[in-house]
Amino acid sequence: MQVRFSEDERFPAWKITFLQYVVAASFVAFLIGYWQLQIGRHQALLLQAEHNRIRNLPVIAPRGRILDRNGQIMVDNFPAFTILLNREDPTLLSKTHLQKIAEGLGLDPNDVEEMVKRSAKLPRFQPIVLKQSATIEDVAFLESHRLEFPEIDIIQGQQRFYPKHGVAAQVLGYVGEVSQDDIAKPNSPYHPGDVIGKFGIEKEYNSVLRGRDGMQRVVVNSRGQEVGTLSTINAIPGHDLRLTLDLNLQMTAEAALGDQPGAVVALDPRTGEVLAMASHPTFDPNDFIRHIDLKTWKKLTTDPLKPLMNKSIQAQLAPGSVFKIITSAAALETGTIKPDFNVFCPGKITIYGHTFHDWIWKEHRGHGMVDLHRAIVVSCDVYFYTLGKLLGIREIDYFATHLGLGHRTGIDLPDEDSGLIPSPAWVEKHFHRRWWPGETISVAIGQGAVQVTPLQLAYAIGGISSGGVFARPHLAFRKELLTLGMDPPAHAETSFPLKEGTVAAVTQGMWGVVNEGGGTGGGARRPGLDIAGKTGTAQVVSIQLQDSAHREKYRSNAWFVGYSPSPNPQVVVAVLVMQGEHSSVAAPIAADVIKAYYQEKGIKPSTPQLMSERRDGRKQGSVAAGQ
Amino acid sequence: MRKSLNFRDFDWLLLGLALAIAAVGILEIYSTTAQTALASQYKRQIYWIILGCVLTLVISQIDYHLILEQVPWLYLLSIGILLAVLVVGPRVAGTHRWLQVAGFTLQVSELVKLVIILGVAALFAERRNKAVTWGELVKLGLLAGVPGILVALEPDLGTALTYLPIVAASAFLAGVKRRQLVTLGLIGVLILPIGWQFLRPYQRDRLEAFIHPKQDVQGSSYQVTQTKIAIGSGGLWGKGLGNGTQSQLGFIPVSHADAIFAAFAEERGFVGTLFVFLLYLALLLRLLDAAQTTADRAGCFLLVGFTAVLFFQVAVNVGMMIGWFPITGIPLPLMSQGGSSVLFIFLGLGLAMSVKMQRFVN
Repeated sequence: MQVRFSEDERFPAWKITFLQYVVAASFVAFLIGYWQLQIGRHQALLLQAEHNRIRNLPVIAPRGRILDRNGQIMVDNFPAFTILLNREDPTLLSKTHLQKIAEGLGLDPNDVEEMVKRSAKLPRFQPIVLKQSATIEDVAFLESHRLEFPEIDIIQGQQRFYPKHGVAAQVLGYVGEVSQDDIAKPNSPYHPGDVIGKFGIEKEYNSVLRGRDGMQRVVVNSRGQEVGTLSTINAIPGHDLRLTLDLNLQMTAEAALGDQPGAVVALDPRTGEVLAMASHPTFDPNDFIRHIDLKTWKKLTTDPLKPLMNKSIQAQLAPGSVFKIITSAAALETGTIKPDFNVFCPGKITIYGHTFHDWIWKEHRGHGMVDLHRAIVVSCDVYFYTLGKLLGIREIDYFATHLGLGHRTGIDLPDEDSGLIPSPAWVEKHFHRRWWPGETISVAIGQGAVQVTPLQLAYAIGGISSGGVFARPHLAFRKELLTLGMDPPAHAETSFPLKEGTVAAVTQGMWGVVNEGGGTGGGARRPGLDIAGKTGTAQVVSIQLQDSAHREKYRSNAWFVGYSPSPNPQVVVAVLVMQGEHSSVAAPIAADVIKAYYQEKGIKPSTPQLMSERRDGRKQGSVAAGQ
Repeated sequence: MRKSLNFRDFDWLLLGLALAIAAVGILEIYSTTAQTALASQYKRQIYWIILGCVLTLVISQIDYHLILEQVPWLYLLSIGILLAVLVVGPRVAGTHRWLQVAGFTLQVSELVKLVIILGVAALFAERRNKAVTWGELVKLGLLAGVPGILVALEPDLGTALTYLPIVAASAFLAGVKRRQLVTLGLIGVLILPIGWQFLRPYQRDRLEAFIHPKQDVQGSSYQVTQTKIAIGSGGLWGKGLGNGTQSQLGFIPVSHADAIFAAFAEERGFVGTLFVFLLYLALLLRLLDAAQTTADRAGCFLLVGFTAVLFFQVAVNVGMMIGWFPITGIPLPLMSQGGSSVLFIFLGLGLAMSVKMQRFVN
């Protein structure tokens, strides 16, 4: 094809000029557009660019460890991954997007959505914890979906670890994610996803154990990968906390208790230091670290034996015959009787028109003529029914309350129960009726409405055998708390001085319980160890009902409170074996713990001669008292 | 055709403007890729530009009428290659756009622009009427439409769209009547819904994101959001070369290619934007100035067609960075990294030089 050209014909010049104006006008328009962004909205867009690239990542402060009195580790940490969610880009918080994340991490999508909603009030730059202690699978999932989830960060954290699993679980407690209620409290230092102590020592001393999280400003690229650090505020680790517990003694106590539901508390009555505090059945606090699964939770909460209950401070039960020590002290202190006061026990007694049976009555016999010492040794009910009638409820109430029962001991654990010493005022208040005199008779032997915790019994018996000095039971050393900036309660002990004769009579009685013929606590006798104590068998229901009903269901609770040496003990051990039927199952447990206590101290059992001398002395004293 | 090389009338200023823009582009390519696997891209760009300059000088010495005579077979060859690319070309990222030539991958659709410009010039060279006829309009439409549809099928809608300004500018130049414009407009409105059916899902997403930018920030409008943040955060003076966080940390996709101007505006600020805009404006106005004084109609059509494509690409690219147009794969002439694009521009500049230098020759 041949193209022919013309040279004469030109276009009107205006057409090109018009195009030039169009071009120039367009550039003016674009310049205005760029001006609006680069000058007009510069600050706002610069901020957005900074938000794009800068992330504030928390540096998780490790929680303080919990040690026993000898520095053995009871609660530890180990490194774990924590998954964070950045909320700076609201478009990434859509329901479908969150659902994808939740599914990948094995979380409930509703939980995640709820979590995001709850944290709406927090500053945007503050990421929230999606998952504590992520598994390797979680991390792998996120690493392979980096592009899809640029708002997710994985940081090194610390996971709580309870190396001894169930040991002292109810004392140590457990940690968990802070609740909405805790966050909502005024001046709450917590953010969603924070880990706090939920129970036991972890809760009580949360402020000591919890450190302060730091903050790191890092630069990330569009895929959320860190490419540099701008600044770091270091985390302040939590303080280690040393407890008064002795791990070896604790394990001895738990082993001695074995499979039986119940509790063991070992105290040093001179200081109030709790050496061991066991409660069975127990649980594994490690189960609570990740979100506890519903099945485990249900099992723990529906178990009739209540594994989550710290029975040492929360089981409120009738103390049975252990209470006779209180009745004895009250009778001696008030001068109602002298130790040589004699009662003939035929196996039952009728008071106020009602016949009260002695426990020995099931053998259809009585204890015969008994004085106070013998009454304690053989735990004669008739003797104490008589004392109850002589004393009256007001005196018993007064002394029981001042000897450590019916109110909280003040131990540094959450949720201690107070127990109950019934009184006419209490009956009137709660049942709107008058006190029946017959109730006093039951109370005198620790039955009826009397309720105590194992800790209270150890506290009371320890205080009485120390002459009336009651050291507040505690698990953390006051001195160490002071150095940590805490403000522990000042009053370390309560004094309720008892007469020398009173202390001598009851401690000698309790020595006899373990060491004399016919004593109910013979099971606690250990060659070479100076152990005293008092047994108790508390009926859950009346004897009549016990025979007719299923025996298993209505078996009695067995008590034994032992101490050593006697008087002025270094260690008191209260043992509760629930449905233990007879106190003979409780006594050996206390003896095992006391034996372990001495082994820990490196003290060998004293020589048999000394013991025999002691026994002679006791008999002389007893004779002297009888004269 | 002249017997010897003659650079007396060569427009050195035009080449200088082009090279200045290219230099700014190379710096920005270097800045955005230095820390990545594409770190050597700026060198390749330099080689392409050197090759481009040589081609400009060579083409400028050829009488464009000789080239216009080659249009019929050049056009048929183009259609043939476009078909071949579509059928047997290498598949890269789901599209058939490239042709392997001696170890280089060429984007044929870029070079086809030149053929269309030449074709339009040849078509209108001999006409003298004050207004185009319907027959000429149909011919014009087919001339650009056939390769356009082939390119759109690759799919590369962006490049196909760059054929439109050639048609529009030529029709304007040839003199389109108001009635014809209205009729064409109506046809366009009727075709629009049908065209929508042929769009790929990602193309529809981009269009929808353009119409409703707030609805889907993470998806298609994510890019616009991020380029706007980049441009705005640059401020008056910019963050400095290599310091643009948006481009350096990967918040702007393809910051060395299509989105290079966002990266540039972030690092060089409004001052940089103004500087580059002035360079482009000078380049385009100078090309149009040349169109005023061509020896014949064909030369005028060549210059206006080429200028129209350049202007369209600059305007759409710079405009889509600030959200004025939907995101399409249209590179910024002279700045975006890419050999085919560079070749097109420098070949076009060569043609423009040829037209300029022929204006006083009989």
